[in-house]
Amino acid sequence: MTPELESAYSGRKLASRFATGASSVAVVLALLPLVAVFAYVVSRGARAISIPFFVEPIGERGAGMANAIVGTIQLVFLASAMGIPLGIMAGLYLAEYKATRLARAVRFSADVLAGVPSILVGVVVYAVVVVWMKQFSAFAGAAALAIVMLPLVARTTDELARAVPDSLREAALALGASRWRTALFVVLRTAAPGIRSGCLLAVARVCGETAPLLFTAYNNRFYNDSLLDPTSTLQVQIFTYTMTPNDDWHAQAWAAALVLVAIVIVLGVVARRLLDEKVPG
Amino acid sequence: MAVSVARIAWPSIQASGFSFVTTSVWDPSRGVFGALAFVWGTILTSTVALILAVPIGLGVALFLTDLGPPHLRKPVSSLVELLAAIPSVVYGLWAALVLAPILRTTVQPALAKIGGPLFRGPNVGFGILCASLVLAIMLLPTIASVSRDVLRAVPAELREGALALGATPWDAVRLVVLPHARHGVFGAILLGVGRAVGETMAVAAVVGSRADISPSSVIANEFPVASSELHIAALAEVGLLLFVITVAFNVAARILVARSNKSAAGAQA
Repeated sequence: MTPELESAYSGRKLASRFATGASSVAVVLALLPLVAVFAYVVSRGARAISIPFFVEPIGERGAGMANAIVGTIQLVFLASAMGIPLGIMAGLYLAEYKATRLARAVRFSADVLAGVPSILVGVVVYAVVVVWMKQFSAFAGAAALAIVMLPLVARTTDELARAVPDSLREAALALGASRWRTALFVVLRTAAPGIRSGCLLAVARVCGETAPLLFTAYNNRFYNDSLLDPTSTLQVQIFTYTMTPNDDWHAQAWAAALVLVAIVIVLGVVARRLLDEKVPG
Repeated sequence: MAVSVARIAWPSIQASGFSFVTTSVWDPSRGVFGALAFVWGTILTSTVALILAVPIGLGVALFLTDLGPPHLRKPVSSLVELLAAIPSVVYGLWAALVLAPILRTTVQPALAKIGGPLFRGPNVGFGILCASLVLAIMLLPTIASVSRDVLRAVPAELREGALALGATPWDAVRLVVLPHARHGVFGAILLGVGRAVGETMAVAAVVGSRADISPSSVIANEFPVASSELHIAALAEVGLLLFVITVAFNVAARILVARSNKSAAGAQA
């Protein structure tokens, strides 16, 4: 290399080093607040968490969040029961009839739905379900969560079902299976592990959804008597306690946040495990 | 969905007409509703959040695809995804109880000394600055992971070609990867905007009930206690506005991301 070339190159090398450095700084800057949030949740939550937290209903000092925990579990189960089957069916339809006009319209609206702020889902469910039933209810909350899940499940199913090789479909059809039998027993079964983890991720996502519950499931200081009554949830309870000036309640909110984050992360890790297991096989 | 929101919003659309988006007086007790303040607040907080989050998010994405040491990429990437999964109420809780006091006691007095029209007013910690910061923190994982995917879609041959011609990693990024992925990166940013505009819980927790800042948090704060039919209708109209804005951003973003992926696929073929 001539000296001039050498010096030009070292300048560019310097610029490259600098860029690498800058991107590392960006990583640190990004992770710092995120890790701080996480660390606060774990430390404050661990300090506040106790046995009464899990067994006592909401109330004054020393009380817990048992009814909120039960409420969250109820809502998430109910929402999954509504959202997952419907989402899988829609996703299968999208994958099996991908070129039809209806499928394209459904795919587009699923994308739009996925991008709509979740609070608007709450407004819609309020307008349709709550106004119609004339009261806030666990059912309305679950419906809102199901609507949030729907596009997530549908798009995952769609993508995974499309990755199923056509030769499998053709084999099934050649053996005389009808179109829907092929979809249900061949395509769905082949794509099942991935779909399962997609569903888990969707469940994890709605565990943390608060905005659509504010005016659908509303809140309740007690255990609900039926699914048609207002219901307390961890998410809404965190929000309510955040807005109060009471240290005891703040501690409760941290504990609830810890439980919620733990649920979400466990679901996420399990989902990823399932996905990793599938890949080598 | 739009139809059913519009149906409850109808009384308000009739009552305030066009002035809904051009006036900023929001007074439920007198039945006067103008949403301009929310629109303005959204623009302000989202802009500040994006100014903070875009360079950092893009930096993280580049670290993960091109610039960072390979053995660090995987742990950083899964950490970012893990943190993206934290529910937004939890961010709200953290912002209200940890970030806002820090701002009140240390950052804001310092800013007040600098003065200027941006930093006036009482030090309460809550408010636009705090909301923008939380938004930025929450947008980071979204922007970082979407742009990472877009950058990954740039064919390896292009990178290798540039490097083989003597380009440093940064040269390759600057001259080959970024120009190739620009639509996609822009799309990632727009997706970020869509999320910022619609983000409710964290913002609602820090702007408090002085809800003149964010449309989604005014809905969250007032809807459960709204009394008159007109009040509910006005809130629904705010929702409608929000719906239109976010859908517009999302559609634009998806078109851009899809186009960039398609061109990447074309180059590969």
